[in-house]
Amino acid sequence: MSAEEKILELVDVYKTFDDLTVLKGCNLRVKKKETVVLIGPSGSGKSTLLRCINLLEPPSKGSVVFEGHEVSGDLRGADKLRRDIGMVFQNFELFQHLSAVENIMLAPMKVLGMSKADAHDLGLELLRKVHIPERADHFPDELSGGQQQRVAIARALAMRPKIMLYDEPTSALDPEMIREVLDVMTELSNEGMTTVCVTHEMGFARRAADRIVFMEDGCILEDAATEEFFGGRANERAQKFLSQILH
Amino acid sequence: MSLDLVVQYLTSQSFLNGAWITLLITLVSLFFGVLAGFIIALAQQVRFAPVRVLTVLYLWLFRGTPVLFQIIFIYNVLPSFDIRFNAFWSGVIALSLNEGAYMAEIIRSGLQSVKKGQRVAGQALGMSRLSILRWIIMPQAARIVLPPMGNQMIGMLKTSALVSVIAVQDLLLVANQTASADFRYFEALTAAGIYYLGLTTIFMMAQGAMESALDPKLRRRRAAGDRGPRAVARRILTSIQTAGGDNVR
Ligand SMILES: Nc1ncnc2c1ncn2[C@@H]1O[C@H](COP(=O)(O)OP(=O)(O)O)[C@@H](O)[C@H]1O
Ligand SMILES: [Mg+2]
Repeated sequence: MSAEEKILELVDVYKTFDDLTVLKGCNLRVKKKETVVLIGPSGSGKSTLLRCINLLEPPSKGSVVFEGHEVSGDLRGADKLRRDIGMVFQNFELFQHLSAVENIMLAPMKVLGMSKADAHDLGLELLRKVHIPERADHFPDELSGGQQQRVAIARALAMRPKIMLYDEPTSALDPEMIREVLDVMTELSNEGMTTVCVTHEMGFARRAADRIVFMEDGCILEDAATEEFFGGRANERAQKFLSQILH
Repeated sequence: MSLDLVVQYLTSQSFLNGAWITLLITLVSLFFGVLAGFIIALAQQVRFAPVRVLTVLYLWLFRGTPVLFQIIFIYNVLPSFDIRFNAFWSGVIALSLNEGAYMAEIIRSGLQSVKKGQRVAGQALGMSRLSILRWIIMPQAARIVLPPMGNQMIGMLKTSALVSVIAVQDLLLVANQTASADFRYFEALTAAGIYYLGLTTIFMMAQGAMESALDPKLRRRRAAGDRGPRAVARRILTSIQTAGGDNVR
């Protein structure tokens, strides 16, 4: 992997909460335009790993390298780093007091100093991109889960991020809404958005992922190209986990 | 009973002055009370333990003694330590500090009612702590805080009558003095009652207006035409029913 195409690297990352060590020396490299799907049993540290990338959880040891710069050393730069890293949560976390389009407008206006008119245009453009332009003036509690999650994706995209992180974006959704969210994510991935996604939607992983990373108990046990992973060449624990979630 | 005399009192300079003093004491004390409450609420979240101990001490003192006691204490006891305030400011200081203790609790619960995930979502977008507080936490907390805060405000209008014991010429003292000078208790107190009711009604309506201003959906519905006289009347009625409900003091 050449230095130019690598956008993100985690080097020997540890994370300890009080006396619980949740990440035990994780290494991960993500290339530009690559889509990586992260899987593993509940409690294995997937969310924590994702939150270490944008320093919502600063690593206890090890380093995060973004675009060639070590960013985990000085947390004062964290706000700036996070402009370039979009994040989507399991529970959407839309701002409840703002309409769909206002949710998208807030960060560009308050962080980048964009004018209200420009931010509004951008908001509508992004709502079209996630296929709900007609819901611009609706408030979060007037939207279905699938619509809320698509607004949340649009909100993250508004900062023109260089990489998108998704933490189980469809696991709080009713089955009939999962598809509309995964479709948007797949489109973004196909357009070349660099993506790291925690999900157990193996259909999405097959379609969109370049690589599958399997975690267990704070360690990355497998990191393989998608065809290899599903072609039965993954390690034994990963195979076992895969057969559990597929049945 | 003489209705003419009630009207005469209502329009007299002394009653107008009294009502003005009552309104002024209420508004100034509310301003400093909310300020004190906000500072205490933020101080309670400080990591440095001595700061938190001080807030506990403050809350314990001001919630554990009657507000009437606090007014008299500040007016009569502090001068013996060479700390002097005139009657008006003694009243304002006591009412503000007392109010701060109750507002702190309301504001704290409002800030806490905004779920942690909202802050994290703001962080993930690259927003600063201050920006998150101003644009994400405070607008959501305000909607939670406003109804109990409105109750406190109406309560303050009534509690302010206590300053008459330290001879501040507020509405109640004026009414009482007029009544005993003219031997017309009924008329004088009726006039004062009308002023109080008028003031509390204005406060209730202001509270209702603020609540709907903070409710984006209501605002949108109103913009879409929910403006007729019946809609306005309905809003005032609901604001009277919901405002000033349970005042503890
Ligand atoms: N802020 C925290 N404080 C203490 N323990 C935490 C915290 N966040 C996560 N954990 C613990 O870390 C472990 C891994 O959690 P998480 O990263 O959420 O796993 P996953 O996303 O794979 O289910 C869990 O045991 C969880 O209880
Ligand atoms: Mg998780």
